[in-house]
Amino acid sequence: MQPAGWLVMLLSIGSVVTLVSYCLYRVLSLPPVDMEEVHGPLDIDTGGTVDVD
Amino acid sequence: MSQQENGSREAWATRIGVILAVAGSAVGLGNFLRFPGQAAQNGGGAFLLPYFISLLVLGIPLCWAEWTMGRYAGTRGFNSAPGVFSVIWRNPLAKYLGGFALLIPLIIYMYYVLIEAWCLGYALSYINGDLVIGAGGAVDELAQQAKAASDVNLSDSEVATAAFSGFFDEYAGTEKNGTLLRPENRWKLAVLAATFLFNFVLIYRGVSKGIEAFCRIAMPVMVALAVIVLIRVLTLGTPNVDKPDQSVMGGLGFMWNPNFETLTDPQTWLAASGQIFFSLSVGFGIIINYASYLKRNDDVVLSGLTSASMNEFFEVCLGGLITLPAAFIFLGAAAGEQGTFGLGFVSLPNVFGMMPGGRLFGCLWFFMLFIAAITSSVSMLQPVIAFFEEGFGLKRHASAAILGLISALGCGFVLFFSEGMVALDTFDFWVGSVLIFLLALIQSIIYGWIFGIKRGHEEAHVGAHLRIPWFIQLMLKYVVPVYLLLIFTTFCWQKLPSKDLEKEILTDTIAAEFLEAENGGQLDSQFLEQTLSVPAGYAAAHVADQSEWQIRDAEGVLKHRVRKNRDGELAWFDHRSGYVETIANNNAALSSVMFIGVVFAFLLLLIRIAGKRWEKEGRFADVDKEPLSTEE
Repeated sequence: MQPAGWLVMLLSIGSVVTLVSYCLYRVLSLPPVDMEEVHGPLDIDTGGTVDVD
Repeated sequence: MSQQENGSREAWATRIGVILAVAGSAVGLGNFLRFPGQAAQNGGGAFLLPYFISLLVLGIPLCWAEWTMGRYAGTRGFNSAPGVFSVIWRNPLAKYLGGFALLIPLIIYMYYVLIEAWCLGYALSYINGDLVIGAGGAVDELAQQAKAASDVNLSDSEVATAAFSGFFDEYAGTEKNGTLLRPENRWKLAVLAATFLFNFVLIYRGVSKGIEAFCRIAMPVMVALAVIVLIRVLTLGTPNVDKPDQSVMGGLGFMWNPNFETLTDPQTWLAASGQIFFSLSVGFGIIINYASYLKRNDDVVLSGLTSASMNEFFEVCLGGLITLPAAFIFLGAAAGEQGTFGLGFVSLPNVFGMMPGGRLFGCLWFFMLFIAAITSSVSMLQPVIAFFEEGFGLKRHASAAILGLISALGCGFVLFFSEGMVALDTFDFWVGSVLIFLLALIQSIIYGWIFGIKRGHEEAHVGAHLRIPWFIQLMLKYVVPVYLLLIFTTFCWQKLPSKDLEKEILTDTIAAEFLEAENGGQLDSQFLEQTLSVPAGYAAAHVADQSEWQIRDAEGVLKHRVRKNRDGELAWFDHRSGYVETIANNNAALSSVMFIGVVFAFLLLLIRIAGKRWEKEGRFADVDKEPLSTEE
């Protein structure tokens, strides 16, 4: 195993492990979907701007 | 993501569930068998540079485009590709283009389930001892036969290679069509039937309770099994003291030492792009279907990136450290010259045969491959099930029954035409390669030029937990279609036409024999066998108008040519049949292409009927309206 081989291997595996760890951390640290829906901004269309005469 | 029904629609139960399902669909045999082989043949560690560039330029952007279009159409009531394409492109042609996204997973399933059954069969063969050297099983019998059949004394490694190669040929029935239907192969058929049934049980249970529930267990199990085998490989040391180069360090070097000269070869870049493309399952019609079960505010950007990165983890971190290093430690540099099947089903069993504890690790390895394959195969059924359900209002049991019948027919076809694996290879080339490129190209054009990158950018960021840089959208519109077209054209140029590759310049003595034969002498078969090492049964004939000798096998298929090269010297050429010539010369290949055509025609007919039904029901009336942010 040449030093360049070590470098490429460690860089490649390191990059992929970092990326997958970051993504999984972000996904798993998000609030549960149900809670997101409860606390998310209300999406209520009052129609106020349409019906005003 | 609600628990199950969303009106009449299915939905994923959890955020991580859909990510694992998409990653499971992408992770398959290619991650563990194709990637290492491609890397070894294209510069080792240097291959990783074009590989990662292709991932960033081609793979991840295409994944995001599929996720975005799938969710967009799904929230407007369509899960199948004909419906999805029709929602995005309001043109009668759109639904027929969606037919490719049904044909591809359906045809691939027909042969992939067979390979999946091989993996399970191999795992079981370690348990019953058939694949264990010295256990008195099938491999031992084949080793005895190899010794008896050879005129010279074979070395132990040559006997073992012949035995494992023979085991695979018997298992896959490559010797003759119909072999696998013989009574002695009943247990192989039973394994196939069990695998087939298991897929349909999962699909019958639905997106959430079937696919998602299975992938949530299967993916961590796969990681655990692969890590166990990885630890075994990395602790092998130098098993053969007579060959000190064949060590763990030597194996890792074989896989990862970079040869940067290969970066100037376009073939390396093509191979890297192709590997990314096949590995991520873009252009299969699966991501678009899976994403259609998301709700309006479900994230697609972070989810898409997470599933792609999980696939890379299996490919680079596990596939890159296990397969080739293990094969090199026991078999040397010859391990890198094997194709996917040769590496997976001949070399690796050979490796496990020589490895301490090989019976256990071989069993775990093939069981892991079986799980990897099943998470992929089950994803191939869902797009077609979704089409039957929404196209004809069928219930799941009826859809599953019809799909089961069609796919069993195709699987039986591949099973019967097993000689030389011609049917499998033909299905894999025309559908598993050519049509996938075509569908990916269609999808990238629909996204970039019809759906529109501005709308795509806005749509992708609804509920997103990560931002996509704007230049990715520009790449999707301008770079990706051109890049795909370039890869597709080069791929076809390499694979479709036949080629004659100059192997060696003939010595004066051999050249004199050919020249003498041209002037009325004879070239007997013994001369061909002994001097030129061609197999028995080959015959040479002089073709005067082409000024060459043609050497054909017993069935009349052209194998070699002898003619003058560019320098005017008489040379030996290997004839590589392209896929067009193969169809012309081989009935099984021709029948396979016809089979694909019939299935496609049938699907197009169904799409036409479903399209009329959708129009009649007014399903497209409201698709341009913004759906509610929380669908219930």
